[in-house]
Amino acid sequence: MTATQDRAAGEAQKEIGRDRRRKEDQRLITGRTRWTDNITLPGMLHLAMVRSPFAHATITSIDVEAAKSSRNVVAVLTGTDLADTQGVIINAWPISPEQVSPTHLPMPADRVSFAGEIVAVVVARTPAEARDAAELVDVEYDVLPAALDLKEAATDAVLAHPDLGTNRSATWQFDSAQAGTGGDVEETIAKARDGGIVIEREYRQQRLIPAFMEPRSTVVDPTGEQLTMWSATQIPHVLRFALAATTGVSESKIRVIAPDVGGGFGGKLQTTPEEFITFAVARRLGKPIKYTETRSESFLACHHGRDQWQKITLAAEADGTVTGLKVELLTDLGSYNALLGGGTPVLGAFMFNAIYKFKAYQFNVQTVLTNKTWTDAYRGAGRPEATFAIERTMDELAAELGVDPLEIREKNWIRHDEFPFTSVCGLTYDSGNYEAATARAKEMLGYDALRAEQQRRREAGDRVQLGIGVSTFTEMCGLAPSRVLGSLDYGAGGWEHASVRMLATGKVELVTGASAHGQGHETVFSQIVADRLGVPFEDVEVLHGDTQVAHKGMDTYGSRSLVVGGEAVVRAAEKVIEKAKPIAAHLLEANVDDLEFAAGRFGVRGTDQGMTIQEVALATFAAHDYPEGIEPYIDAESTYDPVDFNYPHGTHLCAMEVDTETGAVKMRKYTCCDDIGNVMNPLIVAGQVHGGVTQGIAQALWEEAVYDDNGTLVSGSFVDYLLPTSADTISYDTDHTTSPSTTNSLGAKGVGEAGTIASTPAVVNAVVDAVRHLGVNDIQMPCTPERVWRAIHAHDGDAPTPADAMPHFEADALNQDPTDGAGQ
Amino acid sequence: MTKIELTVDGAAVSDDVEPRMLLVQYLREKLGKTGTVIGCDTSNCGACTVHLDGTSVKSCNVLAVQANGRTVTTIEGLADAAEGELHPVQEAFRECHGLQCGFCTPGMIMQAVDLLAENPHPSEEEVRLGMEGNLCRCTGYHNIVKSVLHAAGQNEGATA
Amino acid sequence: MIPVQFDYLAPTSVEEALAALGEHGDDAKIMAGGQSLLPVLRMRLNAPEVVIDLGGISSLRGIRDDGDALVIGAMTTHHDVRDDSLVKEHALLLSKAAAEVADSQIRHRGTFGGALAHADPAGDLGAPALALGAQFVIAGPGGTRTVEAADFFVDLFETAIGDDEILVEVRIPKHTGWGAHYEKFVRVAHQWPIVAIAATVKGSIDEARVGLTNMGSTPLRATATEQALAGASATEDGVREAAQLAAEGTNPPSDLNGAADYRQHLARVLTGRAVLKAAGA
Repeated sequence: MTATQDRAAGEAQKEIGRDRRRKEDQRLITGRTRWTDNITLPGMLHLAMVRSPFAHATITSIDVEAAKSSRNVVAVLTGTDLADTQGVIINAWPISPEQVSPTHLPMPADRVSFAGEIVAVVVARTPAEARDAAELVDVEYDVLPAALDLKEAATDAVLAHPDLGTNRSATWQFDSAQAGTGGDVEETIAKARDGGIVIEREYRQQRLIPAFMEPRSTVVDPTGEQLTMWSATQIPHVLRFALAATTGVSESKIRVIAPDVGGGFGGKLQTTPEEFITFAVARRLGKPIKYTETRSESFLACHHGRDQWQKITLAAEADGTVTGLKVELLTDLGSYNALLGGGTPVLGAFMFNAIYKFKAYQFNVQTVLTNKTWTDAYRGAGRPEATFAIERTMDELAAELGVDPLEIREKNWIRHDEFPFTSVCGLTYDSGNYEAATARAKEMLGYDALRAEQQRRREAGDRVQLGIGVSTFTEMCGLAPSRVLGSLDYGAGGWEHASVRMLATGKVELVTGASAHGQGHETVFSQIVADRLGVPFEDVEVLHGDTQVAHKGMDTYGSRSLVVGGEAVVRAAEKVIEKAKPIAAHLLEANVDDLEFAAGRFGVRGTDQGMTIQEVALATFAAHDYPEGIEPYIDAESTYDPVDFNYPHGTHLCAMEVDTETGAVKMRKYTCCDDIGNVMNPLIVAGQVHGGVTQGIAQALWEEAVYDDNGTLVSGSFVDYLLPTSADTISYDTDHTTSPSTTNSLGAKGVGEAGTIASTPAVVNAVVDAVRHLGVNDIQMPCTPERVWRAIHAHDGDAPTPADAMPHFEADALNQDPTDGAGQ
Repeated sequence: MTKIELTVDGAAVSDDVEPRMLLVQYLREKLGKTGTVIGCDTSNCGACTVHLDGTSVKSCNVLAVQANGRTVTTIEGLADAAEGELHPVQEAFRECHGLQCGFCTPGMIMQAVDLLAENPHPSEEEVRLGMEGNLCRCTGYHNIVKSVLHAAGQNEGATA
Repeated sequence: MIPVQFDYLAPTSVEEALAALGEHGDDAKIMAGGQSLLPVLRMRLNAPEVVIDLGGISSLRGIRDDGDALVIGAMTTHHDVRDDSLVKEHALLLSKAAAEVADSQIRHRGTFGGALAHADPAGDLGAPALALGAQFVIAGPGGTRTVEAADFFVDLFETAIGDDEILVEVRIPKHTGWGAHYEKFVRVAHQWPIVAIAATVKGSIDEARVGLTNMGSTPLRATATEQALAGASATEDGVREAAQLAAEGTNPPSDLNGAADYRQHLARVLTGRAVLKAAGA
């Protein structure tokens, strides 16, 4: 109905830039969905996992007899049974040649290294019977000391993997002086200590859980010539590679399908023990096998995100001009190096300097193994951490100088007339206009009026204080130029593949190697193809997420689908036009050079003669009449390897009210103006921003994975791991400025992660801003009411509190709140 | 095994089920009504929301045997999809981009229908409170709330 | 996740239910609305051999006027308690608290009696019931008996209901025209309360009754605050001063959402707010 109206309203309108309603939605709103757990195959058997309750223990015995004789149980298998048929979970990014890394078997036979690790699997005719039998598997453990606290683990006080001899997995450094991209950071800091300003802070990136709504599920059907795996994954292509590379099954014998996938946010950017075990069991039994995790299992075993300590040293001249930035990160890998593993913090390495003109920069990360759930990419992956640290620190610099936080940013940011700008990391920011985005965001928020209200409330000593938080972020996205990945020792390339098939009836199939799970690729890629080929939006079918259909792909993460995958689509479509041209010329009895292609039609210049691309497709299908020396074939494909990253930016402003009596915080207003280059579909972009912003806000205010002293995940369900609801959030004001990217022909920049990267520091800055006059200069995330209350009353004796906050790197500093347990 | 007879999406069905079988499992495993999904095991997420005798319930938190003799409506029975029909709330979610991955969507829509039945003209705050039993990870709720308000506006248009 | 196998009984009368309970004893579990029980069974934290579903006993549902009290059937849903006009008139506090229980879907299934019998100290109905001086009518093999609210809540998840007994109805002494407010402090909406205050006041203020949620192993009364408020005028300063006594005698838990001292602080602050709102001040 609406689509018809839209079309009537704008027949000649370009598809790109339209707020097309999504093609995906009809199925999803009527329940005609194909989630992996919906798939049922004849004779299918079901798995239940037996998981370790201990963070670190030796397995001394496993008695499976009672389970085996339980009703309708087909098999009970342990790590010993599966042995080397199970493959190995891979780490694709060893960040240094010396990286210390435990072998990660899907199901270890001898020792478990986190609570939730799988030690046995039950195969039964129904999921309920599998679970019943799993309760009967009797595992004896010899409990070992567990490495839980990140900082303590970094000292090797207790070893997460005793045979490795250390928990310190790897270090990685970028130094602008060594790289020749900037000055010596120690010199700038030394100089700032003498008459300038040095801001030193330590921030905590708490552990987060991606908590996609669809629990992970895998079905493996071994009954055909190919082993077919359906899985709730973001990365079917990577998964097929990993299965083939480590199980000895030929890659050509494996087909992986990611059907409807219910969210990922990085959490399904993984190849998992559960997938490998399902694969191994199916091969062993020769029967279709399904495993669907419960939400509780998902919390335990799905990789977690963030989990860093960040030491930040910022040097500035006395007037607030920034000079140097030194970053020292400690990051918790959990018990294994996951797919990206230590690479996740490295993805943020070039972004701490952000939009500011630092002269010297150094980034250091130490990755550490512990006996907790593994960590890996979570929406933003490295860049939210970087943005948080620099945007919090810039606020501290502003406070030190007593100036407005936007003023200090403006003093130091790259001006719009300075683009393209080569950063202190040597990256070339292609385009941007921080002034314009900031001006628009300020206007939308009503910045000056809120500052005036804040002042009134402060003077009146109101119970509820108002804070305004700023985040002027940038990020790098569009992962990634393959040569850059190679230089960083990443195990794969960063290209993306697309192919365009012209069907005989004039319809178009677009095959993409990107693998959507809620982003709206089917709609946006259809818009791109419709514009390029001049065919109706409705006539484009986007196919993806099946290695048999989309045989080449690098999948979906890192805000890459549009800027890399979309560019591949553009190039494939252009090749179709180029291939169709000689055939059209032949049929039109015209010279190729006299043809022009516009709005889906090859026209002979200077005449009214012409034919549509659909007509060429039909003629090519018939193949009765086409030029000598070419094939009757106009389908085309493209593998696009990006030439560079692109750099979305934006200004996010947030007004928070803080109840000084209870510490409760309430969002009053959230405004953002993002510059993501050319917008393909404003409706979908707004959705990405809303969702991204909310996840970032959730890190600031609510979410935290907490372990107790035994290494048990305390926040192991939605009861304790607090996702916000509609009642906890507000409607946002969003807008855009547009500085087209110069690194892809669409002029687009990624938007999938922007909101998450930007919003967290805006919120925390606002909370701190609301109570800074009460002596507060930091509150650890999530800013729980209790933490806010304790921070406010740290100085007035009304609440017990850790020692005073300065200096920041001492053990009891306020911003290192140690009160919440070892696993923090 | 316990014998149950009930009406699901307009059709009379009868089965022998284990008493421990949850209504959501019955819908999915016995009836193939996979439009209704399971998102958690603590009854927090609301993805499995259906209507039981006309009011919204979390079908993971009801036993199939408790639905004996009752009427269940799922996302698949809200409108005649085969005929291309959409319920106004379904249409509103599509129109307002109230979904991304779509996993929470059946539950969201079923709860929104219930909310609007009880309060046809809710304020934004009433929508936000009324949907508090349904988690979404993609949309930040912004467009979900907008969708429900949009559907409410259409109610108004229809009755005016 | 899936519960352990159990037998399911659906009695249609209290007598039948009691007989089933007598037969199966410790192996049986009573299910009211099931909204707390089913998650527990699914997580396999409890594995009864028999589940006795009270859903088929129609006499347990409904709210009636019984002179100086309202009588609420144990199987009346939160949704119905919230919306009932008798409740709004004579026990407004219950209507307000019932509106805050979990979420809409849960309120459609969850029951007043079930929630009280579950006796979760973080449950939203215990403190209001206690504050209103509810009387719990419990049926057993020897007939029914009535237990005062002060004696009903025994400990964490433990009440005066015997193993062979069933809570059938709750009598709420009428508090006609009393102002009421249920102040629930949470970090996110679908969370159990970190602390909640159930306050109801007559006039401004002739008499006040204040119940505390999640401030100990059972719901508690803020007795000292109530005494200080009696006959006081509903000024902000006066109420806040009386509220300073609200945490006396409490023993709240320390967990992810707050240490005990913070909860006590919250109880004092929120009691003041709840009483002021109840008094319409």
